Amino acid sequence: MRVVLAEDLFLLRDGLVRMLQAFGFEIAAAVESGPELTQALAELKPDVAVVDVRLPPTHTDEGLQCALAARAARPGLPVLVLSQHVEQLYARELLADGNGGIGYLLKDRVFDAEQFIDAVRRVAGGGTAMDPQVIQQLLSRRAADDRPLAGLTPRELEVLELMAQGRSNAGIAAQLVVTERAIAKHTSNIFAKLGLEVSDDDNRRVLAVIAYLDRDR
Amino acid sequence: MNTDTKSHDVRSRAREVLLAAVQGLVLALVVLPCGVAFFCLTLLSLALIPLGVGLVTTPAVLTGVRALADARRKLAAEWYGIRIPAAYQPLPKGFNPWRRTFALLRDPQVRRDVVWLPVDFTAGFLTALLPALLLFYPVEGFMLPAGLWRAYVPDSGEAYWYLFVPVTGEGTALLAALLAAVLLAAAWRVIPRLVAVHFRLTQAVLGGDEELAERVRVLTETRRDAVDTSAAELRRIERDLHDGAQARLVAMGMDLGTIEMLVEHDPAQAKRLLAEARQNSAEALEELRDLVRGIHPPVLAERGLGDAVRALALRLPLPAEVSVELAGRAEAPVESAAYFAVSEVLTNAVKHSGAGRIWVDVLHTEGRLRVTVTDNGKGGAAIGTGSGLAGVERRLGTFDGVLAVSSPAGGPTLVTMEIPCALS
Repeated sequence: MRVVLAEDLFLLRDGLVRMLQAFGFEIAAAVESGPELTQALAELKPDVAVVDVRLPPTHTDEGLQCALAARAARPGLPVLVLSQHVEQLYARELLADGNGGIGYLLKDRVFDAEQFIDAVRRVAGGGTAMDPQVIQQLLSRRAADDRPLAGLTPRELEVLELMAQGRSNAGIAAQLVVTERAIAKHTSNIFAKLGLEVSDDDNRRVLAVIAYLDRDR
Repeated sequence: MNTDTKSHDVRSRAREVLLAAVQGLVLALVVLPCGVAFFCLTLLSLALIPLGVGLVTTPAVLTGVRALADARRKLAAEWYGIRIPAAYQPLPKGFNPWRRTFALLRDPQVRRDVVWLPVDFTAGFLTALLPALLLFYPVEGFMLPAGLWRAYVPDSGEAYWYLFVPVTGEGTALLAALLAAVLLAAAWRVIPRLVAVHFRLTQAVLGGDEELAERVRVLTETRRDAVDTSAAELRRIERDLHDGAQARLVAMGMDLGTIEMLVEHDPAQAKRLLAEARQNSAEALEELRDLVRGIHPPVLAERGLGDAVRALALRLPLPAEVSVELAGRAEAPVESAAYFAVSEVLTNAVKHSGAGRIWVDVLHTEGRLRVTVTDNGKGGAAIGTGSGLAGVERRLGTFDGVLAVSSPAGGPTLVTMEIPCALS
């Protein structure tokens, strides 16, 4: 699987390259600025891009803007965005086009190499990887006055949270150490309680859950 | 009793009159030579600028002029309680004589000092001298009838003029004495006020305009507030780093050292410590992230005020509607001040208002950034101690910003903040 990596800090870029290579990824390019990223995405056509939000030359949200522009030019281009801080505002923008293959994680998540690589693979496969902090923010905002949500059992809430992060049933089952069948049952209960349409497509499911959590009251 | 107080009054008035006259006389004697000397030196020094010598002498001469003006300011305040504000601009750093000289010459206060010199040794000299003249001239008038006229009037009978009285003999000398009495009576009434006139004149020429002085006062105050606030902020940051991330890094380093020892003969324990070290590093990162958010929120740096306020609203436990009309970005310090002000006001609303909904409007119009935060809570908010709004007002004050709160009991609460600024 070919990866384009954009990160301006040498230490992190180097570490990410080594980690990705160790897990069998091919580094198509490791760049350090917005313009280079735009060029690499257009010319190298990678299977997935791993992009830091803040890049030179402006050191603002250059990386995010490049990723959004590249996805506008090539819908569904898998991009995993990394940042020192996560904002629901940015998550919304990344999810807005409704195409899968999007990830948004705190840089801290690279501490857990396996989970991080799992997220990269998920995004590359057209899935979603949302940072637990984003989902927690959404949930805590909702929790106060959302009746269907209040009707979920604690276990179901746990499943919902992992589902919103973009995990598949198998992934959730592994995390919670239960069978996949048990998770499937929880998910159908959750969808019924929230009044959402059940879908076999993992990505559709994630987007539906996030949309539910993020809709205006 | 009555006469006692009266004589007491007369005596203190006499002392006052005499003191004022002496002060005036001393002033007049100093003003004339000093004023003329400094004025000539200034002109000479300015004329020598093209030759280069003036570049060296001008700062020195102007510093002397300033010392002279400062001395007068001090006397005005001490003797008559007349405050003459000084608004000198700070000198540029470094010793480049060219820059120093021109910085001085551009300073409006220095220019007023220089203009004041000729005014001072003419009108200022006269107003200072007049009281002494008014007091001592009548003395001569009284001495005329006592025989002094004989010394003045020559044998030819030519008249000696005492002001407008031609003294030729004992009779006219008495008339002169009468005039002297009138002058003395006048002196008695006006002398202290006349010396004050001298200082009022100085104030008018040296002081510049009142508005500017008031502005200086406000700026001094807000600057002190700003310095205090940022010092307190730095202390908080230092403490947070010291007790937080720094301590965690130390713990991690220790864990790593132990792991190094254990890895050979107790891999299980080493693994446990590794997990702990990782946990510590995650928490240190989390703490640093919170700290950074408190110093300068990343969204603000990346996107500017509008999106930063949107992101802030998304973190609130209440539904909040944000509308932004900004055609560009304000300067970073203004953005930051506005952001933290909004943040504080929102926190306040969430904590105290009991509101179910919040509206935030961010708008730039007529050279002013205006942010309005409205909530449908119970009202009763005020800029006072404990509400946090006083702090917001101080913070905004640094940028000449203002805060207005309308919060009738029963609500709604409307907090408006305005900061003059330009967008780019």
